[in-house]
Amino acid sequence: MATIKLTINNQPHALDVEPDMPLLWAIRDVVGLTGTKFGCGIAQCGACTVHLDGSPVRSCSVPVSAVSGQKITTIEGLSKNADHPVQKAWIQHQVPQCGYCQSGQIMSAVALLKTNPKPTDTDIDNAMQGNICRCGTYTRIREAIHTASAEISTTNKLPRNGAKVGKR
Amino acid sequence: MNTNDTLSANRRDFLKMLGLTGAALVVGVSSGSAEVMGGPVSRLLNINAAPTGTALTPYIIIDKTGKVTLMNSQPDMGQGTHQSIPALMAEELGLSLDKVTILQTGGEKAFGGQVSGGSASVRGNYMTLRQVGASARELLVTAASQQWNVPADECTVADARVHHKASNRSVGFGELVETASKLPTPKSPKLKDAKDFTILGKATMRPEVPAKSSGRAVFGIDVKVPGMLYASVERSPVTGSKVVRFDDTKTKQVKGVKHVLKANRVLEKNRYEGVAVVADTYWAALKGRRALAVTWDHQGLDQFNTPAYEQQLHELARQDGVVDHAAGDFTKALADAPTKLDAFYETPIVSHSPMEPMNCVVHWASPTSVEIWASSQGATIIKENMVQEFKLKADDVKVNITFNGGGFGRRLFQDFVLEAAHIAKEVGKPVKVIWTREDDTQLGPFRPMTFSAFRAGLGADGMPLAFQHKVISPSIEATLGTPLKAGTVDKTMTEGISEQKYEIPNVDNRFVFAELPVPTGYWRAVTSTTLAFAHECFIDEMAHKAGKDPLDYRLAMMTKASDTKRVLTKLREVSNWDKPLRAGWGRGVAQWEFFAGLAGHVVEVSTRKDGSVKVEKVICVIDLGTMVNPDMVRAQTEGAIAMALTAATKPGITFQHGAAQQTNFDTNLMLRINEMPVVEVHILTEGGPVIKGVGEPGLPPVAPALANAIFMATGKRQRRLPMDLEKLV
Repeated sequence: MATIKLTINNQPHALDVEPDMPLLWAIRDVVGLTGTKFGCGIAQCGACTVHLDGSPVRSCSVPVSAVSGQKITTIEGLSKNADHPVQKAWIQHQVPQCGYCQSGQIMSAVALLKTNPKPTDTDIDNAMQGNICRCGTYTRIREAIHTASAEISTTNKLPRNGAKVGKR
Repeated sequence: MNTNDTLSANRRDFLKMLGLTGAALVVGVSSGSAEVMGGPVSRLLNINAAPTGTALTPYIIIDKTGKVTLMNSQPDMGQGTHQSIPALMAEELGLSLDKVTILQTGGEKAFGGQVSGGSASVRGNYMTLRQVGASARELLVTAASQQWNVPADECTVADARVHHKASNRSVGFGELVETASKLPTPKSPKLKDAKDFTILGKATMRPEVPAKSSGRAVFGIDVKVPGMLYASVERSPVTGSKVVRFDDTKTKQVKGVKHVLKANRVLEKNRYEGVAVVADTYWAALKGRRALAVTWDHQGLDQFNTPAYEQQLHELARQDGVVDHAAGDFTKALADAPTKLDAFYETPIVSHSPMEPMNCVVHWASPTSVEIWASSQGATIIKENMVQEFKLKADDVKVNITFNGGGFGRRLFQDFVLEAAHIAKEVGKPVKVIWTREDDTQLGPFRPMTFSAFRAGLGADGMPLAFQHKVISPSIEATLGTPLKAGTVDKTMTEGISEQKYEIPNVDNRFVFAELPVPTGYWRAVTSTTLAFAHECFIDEMAHKAGKDPLDYRLAMMTKASDTKRVLTKLREVSNWDKPLRAGWGRGVAQWEFFAGLAGHVVEVSTRKDGSVKVEKVICVIDLGTMVNPDMVRAQTEGAIAMALTAATKPGITFQHGAAQQTNFDTNLMLRINEMPVVEVHILTEGGPVIKGVGEPGLPPVAPALANAIFMATGKRQRRLPMDLEKLV
């Protein structure tokens, strides 16, 4: 056993775990955040996607010792009330069916929009093809990402000084 | 123990479970053994009082604060029952689903069969639950109208209140609980007119979607109970092997490993052995499992190979088999027909692969009392299986059904529950067993393969005079330990082939049984997923032989009005069937009617210079009659199409030396977002009050419509699944 320090959703944690334990199981079983899912264990399905210093990683395939001292964001850290623009778009388009893969889908989509705020369908296909959805929600994922992209770009254009925004 | 005792004994527990402390108006159906589903009943239940009166099955619970709880008896695996079942009651009660508590039932006998399967959840509950909802509404309205001394028909319900517009008064449901509970329960309450619906038939937001978009939805794998240990089970990839011995020396050196024991996976009538490693973390259990050395006796099952089995099916195809359906004189009609054709079609075994691997938490409070948490399609099945396996009383098996991370038929089988129950019982502590993806991929039960041999005779006008579809396949139930009686047809394995609306005078459909040593099970749309491919492709071959347009040809075989004819006619319109496509594109059509319902698809494909084919668009017409949520119908159909494309174009499961050669998503490939075509779903509701299934009908027509499109684009007939879209041309 070793004590591994990491920051999850801005909360510092000191975990007493085997260093080779995948980050996924540390997050789920030790920290107790179960929004991040186990799907394959070999970085093939994306259900376990979290952000490591802002970039998407498959937490099933990262030993917890390898991320010691780093900042991790899970689905729970995205927003308090499911109101991140990507989550709002997910709800608007009623994307989830069973919902199991959707934490990973959303984390991948958020990461995509960070680096590419206005993705084309091809950009979406390229960024999201590591995330399997067995229910087949892919067409809605595409639509939701476009919706979130539009909201993010509109929000970014808003004046930050509280000036009134007229009718557009 | 009869049904009455079952619920009355647990009634106070039940109310506690709802978080209720006082009295509540409960509306449901009678649980009397003589009149289950004998019309709505209602009563005031008080958590502090001893149970009185006859038992009832509670579907609607309204406490004095106005809190409304609706029971959902159908497990939600993504098909939307968390909305669609409570919506039936909420509609009649004028309630918004985001304002109520929805509670999943746990297999209590009084609620009837709590199994999600066969696209039957809405169909099975539609009228009963609307009646329960309407009965509750009438009770509350009568109570309010008596209080105000106004006619009941001037009162309306909205936002969990009864309103009287004329006097501008309203009263909350909670305040009416006491009075309403003293009124006689309306047995044939007036149901809402469909034109007044605010939920049913409307595209509404599902209440669980925010939780499923934020990691808050609880699946079986997320359950944690105090003192719980974790387990992983080593099972032979050659299913059916026996454990000769195992060496756990190295396993026990893994930090955190607590127990190593023999495991029992009970899959229907089959019992499979394994070795369970139980530890204080799942990771330790997995590491311990990897350190095990198990010696297996494969019982000869390691002789099984897919190529040899396929060869065997080809040989069996020469047998006459058993008649599934016959009409006219096939033999004579075929002999007399001026044009004859035959063809042979092949399909593979595939996996269910729901995204949430099998898992289960079991806690034995005592040797005769157990609590289970599971992502399962069948609360009722868990209860029955546990009672049988462990000789328990039904009331001593408490089942908690969570959201299912996909089901597709896999979670109709409770082998993963029984296995976990055996482990937890032996260990004496709560245990969570989690299957790896490799376990899930390799161990089944799988969708079986079917092979199809066709013969047809066409008349001078090209129309069929004689038709034969002979199915050569294993039997699902036989692979699960119930032998097929010699000389009989397993109707599940010929599903749909004799139900299509084509008017052919001489038919001779047959079934040839082939033993299979691998466990198989029900997969979304069951055998229609393979048989529709063969059947609807061969119909296309007949049309081609006759020199006719495949859609015209199908319609020409349907002189009588039918739902199928309406679907195909609509499909012709919405797919622009009669307009030419771009060069290099092809389109194909297929339809399928079976136990779950009816749909027809047109698939459009494009061909590329590198020889690959791209699925561009799937246009679907699904025939429903009545529905709850058109957006969910669309979602389910989009999903059915994605699942069908995976089955039609990805490798599937093949066996070598008795073991599945595919282990995880790197070899057992699934459709990904870049392969998803544009999907257009058209819903037909002209069928009237008949309710058809939603979850499955979108699946069977995909593979044949795709193969027929590829034929149109390339001239190459596809008679074997999977089709490798990279190398077709």
